Amino acid sequence: MNRYPLWKYLILVVALLVGALYTLPNFFGEAPAVQVSAGKATTRVDTTTLARVEQALAQAGLKPHSIALEGVSVRARMNSTDDQLKAKDAIQRALVPDPANAPYVVALNLIPASPAWLSAIHAAPMYLGLDLRGGVHFMLQVDMQAALTKRAESYAGDLRTQLREANIRHAGITRNGQSVEVRFREAAVMEQALKLVATQFPDLATTSGPDGADYRISATIKAEAGRKVQEQALKQNITTLHNRINELGVAEPVIQQQGLDRIVVQLPGVQDTAKAKDILGRTATLEMRMVDDSAEARAAEQGSGPVPFGAERYFERDGRAVIVKKQVILSGDSLTDAQPGFDSQTQQPKVDLTVDAKGGRIMRDTSRENIRKRMAILLFEKGRGEVLTAPVIQGELGNRFQISGSMSVTEANDLALLLRAGSLAAPMEIIEELTIGPSLGAENIAKGFNSVIWGFAAIVAFMAIYYMLFGLFSGLALAVNLLLLVAILSMLQATLTLPGMAAMALALGMAIDANVLINERVREELRLGAAPQVAIHAGYDRAWATILDSNITTLIAGVALLAFGSGPVRGFAVVHCIGILTSMFSAVFFSRGLVNLWYGRQKKLKSVSIGTIWRPEGDAVAKKG
Amino acid sequence: MEFFKIRRDIPFMRHAVVFNIISFVTFALAVFFLVTRGLHLSVEFTGGTVMQVQYPQAAEVERIRQSVSSLGFAEVQVQNFGTARDVMIRLPAQKGVSSAQQSDQVMATLKATEPQVLLKRTEFVGPSVGEELAADGLKALAMVVVGIMVYLALRFEWKFAVAAIIANLHDVIIILGFFAFFQWEFSLAVLAAVLAILGYSVNESVVIFDRIRENFRRYRKMDTVEIIDNAITSTISRTIITHGSTQIMVLSMLLFGGATLHYFALALTIGILFGIYSSVFVAAAIAMWLGIKREDLIKAAPRKDGDPGDPNAGAVV
Repeated sequence: MNRYPLWKYLILVVALLVGALYTLPNFFGEAPAVQVSAGKATTRVDTTTLARVEQALAQAGLKPHSIALEGVSVRARMNSTDDQLKAKDAIQRALVPDPANAPYVVALNLIPASPAWLSAIHAAPMYLGLDLRGGVHFMLQVDMQAALTKRAESYAGDLRTQLREANIRHAGITRNGQSVEVRFREAAVMEQALKLVATQFPDLATTSGPDGADYRISATIKAEAGRKVQEQALKQNITTLHNRINELGVAEPVIQQQGLDRIVVQLPGVQDTAKAKDILGRTATLEMRMVDDSAEARAAEQGSGPVPFGAERYFERDGRAVIVKKQVILSGDSLTDAQPGFDSQTQQPKVDLTVDAKGGRIMRDTSRENIRKRMAILLFEKGRGEVLTAPVIQGELGNRFQISGSMSVTEANDLALLLRAGSLAAPMEIIEELTIGPSLGAENIAKGFNSVIWGFAAIVAFMAIYYMLFGLFSGLALAVNLLLLVAILSMLQATLTLPGMAAMALALGMAIDANVLINERVREELRLGAAPQVAIHAGYDRAWATILDSNITTLIAGVALLAFGSGPVRGFAVVHCIGILTSMFSAVFFSRGLVNLWYGRQKKLKSVSIGTIWRPEGDAVAKKG
Repeated sequence: MEFFKIRRDIPFMRHAVVFNIISFVTFALAVFFLVTRGLHLSVEFTGGTVMQVQYPQAAEVERIRQSVSSLGFAEVQVQNFGTARDVMIRLPAQKGVSSAQQSDQVMATLKATEPQVLLKRTEFVGPSVGEELAADGLKALAMVVVGIMVYLALRFEWKFAVAAIIANLHDVIIILGFFAFFQWEFSLAVLAAVLAILGYSVNESVVIFDRIRENFRRYRKMDTVEIIDNAITSTISRTIITHGSTQIMVLSMLLFGGATLHYFALALTIGILFGIYSSVFVAAAIAMWLGIKREDLIKAAPRKDGDPGDPNAGAVV
């Protein structure tokens, strides 16, 4: 009756093996490494980068422990921190000749020191939260209302232009909050205007009617279009943040959307919060200027003459010089959108640009006068300009135009991104900030670890004394619970925080409940005079229903925490929930397996080692029987 | 080894009224302190800035308070945090001044008197975030209460669900009462502990209810009071040992977890102690007064027709 079929033992063995394998990386600690990742949206990190890094290390006479391309970064693990610093310098020299214009981010990092065969099965240590490794955390709130207001402003301008082109006489256009109001003297004119809005501005919803002696159209951005504006604003802000944070040289920055209008930025290992905040809040500007095509400028472009008066020399991303006039045609404020796409005639990749009404007018005038000439789009950051692109003007342009030509799809995507990412789509405000010093992180790890280990040891000791062999089995089951919990957290790559470690301790404290229930039940059955084998069987069976019930109520609380918790509470809840699940497996299934293995084969079992079975003189048994 | 050598069932229910009066008085006191003193909410809920700094030698809290106050912050709290060298500074949220400026200003002032001071942690929370967290906390609490009640009502019967939730919500109020009385800091971690305790001590009531149901089946001649007494008596040793084990773990957190986990562990300790009390003495008594009967729990046996829509019909556990 107390025997498991072979397959159950096999499940146990497999679970233990897998658990042990995935827990293992947590014991190897971390090794110094140098990480190379893309510093610009246009650079790709691929096997050629890997080869270049290898070459750079070889030239410097450094032998990396291992080097690999992982996702979008190359990581070279070094044998010592000394080598790590030397390697960083060597790679920096080889890959980033001009620090002011860095295509790659070369950062010091710590990577798991687990052997290659473990990495090959994707066994990695738990990911430590900021409170355990140190770093900064920001939560930024994007001002969506400002983004919508900005968009309404540009609609007001567009409306003005379109109405004038269609020869519709209005009595004034004003932006009122996020809606645009247009006044008319006559009802018939208003009707004309309504038709125009309906055809030309599908994203606007209008209401109209008489207003005193006048007539008025009030146009608001449709809810769906508004959502799109907000989504784009958030995406653009995230992209911009990415570009800026790359400069900090953080090995593993986390930039995530949270909710509808928030962005979480986590920079592990960064201590200089002032600099981080400065970079997050910086503004970049975009400028459009004409390329100087005079003979002197051509010469200067070749490097064989001075830059002519009224012009400046800037460089494209591939290093070619472009001589542009100092006069700015348009600034980035006028650019409302940039999207990659395909030309409907040539099927070539292109980038569609949209500028506001005022920009459109300037664009039209400038392009009419400068057909067949080149116009450069420059991005200024930290006072340093760079030519993003310098296409030839093919015809008269309006407020919507495209850049096309010898571009690949990737290049078109990148260009659109850069054009959009130049500035923040909507202002952001830091609403939450957390800085953890590295020493505090190490202290927290030690504290959490000690809490778990000492509590665990005390419980196991008590169980072994109180329940003898059964207590020892319970202790082993608890150890397996810890093993599986750590293994699953490592597999999921869940972020471990100090509250998470507290949850781990608490999960162990609660998990022992199941074993106590079982052991007490077995004792009780023995007390009532059951034969040992029967008592074990009945004990496990009867306890199971109770264990299930009690774990489900605890799980309900855990899930509620997971659903509504944020930050530290979430870290707690994840571990709490997983801990409950693993405890059901280990406390019931695994400990039963041990008991079955030990006692199950003995047909004539006389006694079990479960501590004192105290019997109250037999009268209770008689009465209840 | 055996701690519990109980000869016959302890008549817990005979003293049910006394236990409940004790329970009610504690509850009333907790509510009283919650109302009069209120919770000392952490910066996560109120918004503001917290800075943790470390001095090379024991810090002079009074001097730090003076120098920070001189910056013009309305309410500054300065206190030791864990050790004499660690100091925690709390600044209220200010309109118009960003967190960055606040913490930088304070650090500059502190560095002026003691250049060796080390910034270990800063935390800034905007006021709107705090309100959201409080709202989310209440939502989580509501979800736990409803979830547990529905589950217990399905698995047992509504009377048990009501009894368990009353008994355990009163634990939650008592924990909060302690935090109000001693003005301990109520943080997000403490909230997590409170909710975890709610799930955990319901679990305790479940064990007893389970036994009551089993006893109803096994001992047909006993009346309800005897059945409850027997159920509590036969689970008491498990109750004490289980909670003892969990408490060992919590104690370990209290001893080794440092200042960060201090209040978390404290909330758990109070929760565990009152969880035992309420499950053993309160929950079963309320269920008794609500009038649980054998027929409520053993539906299939006495009524042969049984509700065909009931998924638990005829279930034998």
